[in-house]
Amino acid sequence: MKQQMGLLFDVTLCVGCGSCYEACKKQNDLQVTNRDFLKDHLSNNTYTSVEQYGDNYARKMCMHCSEPTCVSVCPVGAFKKTELGPVVYDADKCIGCRYCMQACPYSIPRYEWGSTSPSVRKCNQCYERLKEGKINACAEACPTGATEAGELKKLIAEAQRRLKNNPKKYYQEIYGLKEAGGGNVLVIAPVPFDQLGYNSNVPKQSMPGFTLQAMEKIPSVVSVGGIFLTGMYWLTKRKNEIAREDRIKIRGEKYEKE
Amino acid sequence: MRKNNLFKHTFWKSASIVIVLFGVYSLISRFVYGLGRTTNLSDMVPWGLWIGFDFIGVGLAAAGFTIAAAAHIFNEHKYHSIVRPAILTAYIGYIIVIALLIIDLGKPENFWHPLVMWNIHSVMFEITWCVICYSTVLTLEFAPVILEKFKLKAPLKLLRKISIPVVVCGVLFSTLHQSSFGSLYLIAPAKVYPLWYSSYLPVHFFISCIAAGLSMIIFEAYLCARALNQGLQVWVLSGLGKLILAVLSIELVFKFSDLIISGKFSYLFMNLEETYLFWLEIFVGFIVPITILLIPGYLNNRKWLYFASIFTISGFVLNRLNVSISSLVRTSGLSYAPTFYEISITLMLVVLGMIAFRLVTENFAVFEKRIEIENPVQVTPGPEQKELIFGK
Repeated sequence: MKQQMGLLFDVTLCVGCGSCYEACKKQNDLQVTNRDFLKDHLSNNTYTSVEQYGDNYARKMCMHCSEPTCVSVCPVGAFKKTELGPVVYDADKCIGCRYCMQACPYSIPRYEWGSTSPSVRKCNQCYERLKEGKINACAEACPTGATEAGELKKLIAEAQRRLKNNPKKYYQEIYGLKEAGGGNVLVIAPVPFDQLGYNSNVPKQSMPGFTLQAMEKIPSVVSVGGIFLTGMYWLTKRKNEIAREDRIKIRGEKYEKE
Repeated sequence: MRKNNLFKHTFWKSASIVIVLFGVYSLISRFVYGLGRTTNLSDMVPWGLWIGFDFIGVGLAAAGFTIAAAAHIFNEHKYHSIVRPAILTAYIGYIIVIALLIIDLGKPENFWHPLVMWNIHSVMFEITWCVICYSTVLTLEFAPVILEKFKLKAPLKLLRKISIPVVVCGVLFSTLHQSSFGSLYLIAPAKVYPLWYSSYLPVHFFISCIAAGLSMIIFEAYLCARALNQGLQVWVLSGLGKLILAVLSIELVFKFSDLIISGKFSYLFMNLEETYLFWLEIFVGFIVPITILLIPGYLNNRKWLYFASIFTISGFVLNRLNVSISSLVRTSGLSYAPTFYEISITLMLVVLGMIAFRLVTENFAVFEKRIEIENPVQVTPGPEQKELIFGK
């Protein structure tokens, strides 16, 4: 298996210049949505946003979960977790049920509501670039190193190192490491993440399991149910037959008496 | 009296025409302008009235499998007379639901993709397959009504031979997807409001659909008895009433024990919109119908059975809309109200369903042609009541 690639976003290093935002727009050929990038939010033409919270800037984007909810819920398998890490989407397969949007714990996928044949839109972690051995467009454009691209394992180690070396500077958690079972995008920050608009309510476990606990009962429901129903059919039929025979018997005896 | 009937008739006729015309206009708009301009759906509220209505339609069609099971698996002969209305209801219900699901899809031209592109981990995939399979079962179960009319004996014979396996499959497919509509929300534990989220959501969906589906039969039987002078004996309906009473009581106890065991007791008394909606659902869908059905004598009274069924159905509708819309408002941060287009397309499908039900019952042998018999003692099911699904 190839090395999983990831992104590490360090809020303490971000100066809010918007280079990542511009690079992402250019890389993915996205329309201009807002003249002031700080006021822009994720949309079908914005895969990453930079939001200001006091002196801090927070990037929002797809977290590229290791066991993605969108991959698990899509009825036609339009989402795929690639060998390099990016969670990518195939618009040709999509039927447009929007279950991915409903299910995503981070509420990331966006939709082309204005189109008559809309697709789901979200960050693809520059999968095409990664395949060519290049690094992500946002990380390449970042002048301060706030967004760093690399092998996921190394990035996790690096994030842990920064938290350990600067316990006063950093809030001692890595966002995206445990959330929804972990993913390929990690965030470290000086303050708790809910103060930066990150959803702190995301369960700290892999999401597909929530559905699996119900889905795995299907085979037993079918087999036990099938046997039960067939059994009941024979039993009640036999019961009715016996009742009918009894009735005939009683009636027969009556006839004899007469 | 006759004049009154005539007036009613024309009023509903013209109302139906208006609703269907608005519906057709909205339907064309939806495909010309896309979902964004015709619905109030958004990135934060990707599912709205249509999905909620699909839950309702499928649930109300549940009598199709429960009555078929009661009559043919459990050999309760008294239910033979309602097998056909139940299956017709289910059949029309499923056609409406499938139509609405396709209208709701962003890429409706790709609706067939789940047949060839599989993802067995997806609840939506499982539902798609179960709905397709169950619709096939319903076609097989309803076919005899049409075959009989045209006296086609050979296919009837074949259908009669496979009848029991078909009914068994129908019950299994229904059990799976009725519950799976609840499973759809299992994956969003942090998004669904705690009063409605439960890891037993599929079980709740399954139990509640049985009460709603049976109520639907009482509801239809009452209306058809009035409109078509065809109807069902009250003793069959009180049998249904007893079943509804049992199912509602089980679900009520199960619902509250589930809430209390999972530590959500405090949510029951918070001063929030969700709390009121929850209690409204409990009051309308459980307390009122259970009380009506418990009053001595009411179980044998058609009118009270009818009222109980209306309350059960309303409570069920509230529940499904609560789960699919209200429970998600707080986390999405956006409130949602359907647009004119969403409402009128939904209403059009309901009206078309009612017209279809009426046309079929008028032209085919769905209800037995007999006048209400109010004295249950003397009635025992005659041979003509048996084998009603698959012909005599």
